[in-house]
Amino acid sequence: MIQVTNLSCGIASSPILKGIAASIPAGRVTALIGPNGAGKSTLLKLIAQQLTANSGSITLDGVEVSEIGARKLAQKMAVVAQHLTVASRVRVQDLIGFGRWPHSQGRLTAEDRAAIDDAIARFGLSALRQRFLDELSGGQRQRAFIAMAFAQDTDWLLLDEPLNNLDLHHARNLMSRLRSLAEDRGKSIVIVVHDLNYAISWSDHVVALKDGQVAFQGPVAETATAANLTDLYETPVAITQSDGRPFAQYHR
Amino acid sequence: MPDRRILGLAALLAAAGALFLFWGLRGPSAYILELRAVKLAGLLAVGASAGVATVLFQTISHNRILTPSVMGFDALFLLLQTGLVAGLGAAASSRITSLNGFLIEAAVMMGAALILFTSLLGRTRHDIQLMVLAGVVLGLLFRTVTAFVQRLMDPSEFSMVQARMFAQFGSIDREALAAASVLMALAALWLVRNHAMLDVAALGRSQARSLGLAYDRLQLAVLCIIAALVSVSTALAGPLAFLGLLVSSLAHSLMQTHRHALLLPAAALISALILVAGQTVFERVLMLQSTLAVVIEFCGGLLFLILLAKGKIR
Repeated sequence: MIQVTNLSCGIASSPILKGIAASIPAGRVTALIGPNGAGKSTLLKLIAQQLTANSGSITLDGVEVSEIGARKLAQKMAVVAQHLTVASRVRVQDLIGFGRWPHSQGRLTAEDRAAIDDAIARFGLSALRQRFLDELSGGQRQRAFIAMAFAQDTDWLLLDEPLNNLDLHHARNLMSRLRSLAEDRGKSIVIVVHDLNYAISWSDHVVALKDGQVAFQGPVAETATAANLTDLYETPVAITQSDGRPFAQYHR
Repeated sequence: MPDRRILGLAALLAAAGALFLFWGLRGPSAYILELRAVKLAGLLAVGASAGVATVLFQTISHNRILTPSVMGFDALFLLLQTGLVAGLGAAASSRITSLNGFLIEAAVMMGAALILFTSLLGRTRHDIQLMVLAGVVLGLLFRTVTAFVQRLMDPSEFSMVQARMFAQFGSIDREALAAASVLMALAALWLVRNHAMLDVAALGRSQARSLGLAYDRLQLAVLCIIAALVSVSTALAGPLAFLGLLVSSLAHSLMQTHRHALLLPAAALISALILVAGQTVFERVLMLQSTLAVVIEFCGGLLFLILLAKGKIR
């Protein structure tokens, strides 16, 4: 599990996270939710070691993440960032091949090739595998990056707003695939999601942030209540049950 | 199996080199051949280092229009050269042979480039326009300081600096060429071993780091190599602002790949080909001595403006 203690971080002298304490269970799908500017992406980047905290600690299975070392960490944790642009002209299959870098350092083995083909097939990219990344739509590019993180084959998968740009077919597919990764293969998934219903209907655990602090956290069934969510977004949210799962109504 | 396009370029370059050596050979042929061979070696060294340095710089700065020259690398080298002569005085600096003088300059150049450009790339990573602006301002600063120092020099020192600064393709210094080839061999060795890391670095800093690449360390090493290669091309042929840009655009559009194993050789070959073929045409057909640089700069500058106008800043 990932344990965050007393974590603070500021960007250019404005504090983003103020003394966060959170725990993210292994083998589950955890959603980071909260209003814009709450610090969700910052928390994700801190866990992935893409930003440095001002104070506090983040441990992965009891080991401080900053001490794991870049290559080891890349074998344990894959990250899909929110803004995905690449300056070089890369084909989809080569991009996904980069996911194997932490394992093979550029020399692809048969096992690597199998993992790449598997990722391409799972994310419906077979028809696009020879295309250049800048010839794809936003959603297709998003899927290519997620497939790359999938090919990295790590225990932890961190995704920052993976549903951006995805149509409802691919969004739902992605969530169910993440769900099955957690259930069938014991992977731990952390996602930043804005769509409340995707968050509460697919994830096991939520960590809700507001103004750089943890508003509430815990299993979805216990924490996704109308009162909690209404407070979090400062917007009336009603929770009904649909197929035995909570369903949020906030559209009007 | 080497790529066919690379093989084609290599064949073209070999043909251009042979043409340069043997076309219109009259009189004491051994002597002329030797002169031409030195010149050819100089052209190849300048071309390869300018092309490779530009592709490397564009990879670590994640864009297609910046070149080491636009960022003031070669202006920095000229400043160092001038500073060395001014600091030591003409008497002392005339004792420095062009061999060890070149190595000293290249070493100082690497140190200065590391300090300057590491912080510049770090601060302007998210803002390419700011990076261009900072580079242009830096280049201007180096050139102005160089001009200022030259005003202060006494005439004998100045003539020495001038002889070094305007080394054109016509007169290539053999000792500097020897030193340059050592530096280039070291750079090539590093690139052969580490080119796959450059492919990952081209994905961007955070993406590369999340794949476990020690990005900042790689960037330092690449800046060092760029500084060494710019020293080579500037010491041998003087500043060439837009050759690199022309070459890296051609290499990228010919190879259509992210793999530096293909991009870097292509850039080196195209760049050497432009110089050797251009020099042959200018010397043997048009009977002109020193206008090749002007034509290359004109074409490269035009391309730079076109890329800017098309908004290809990325």
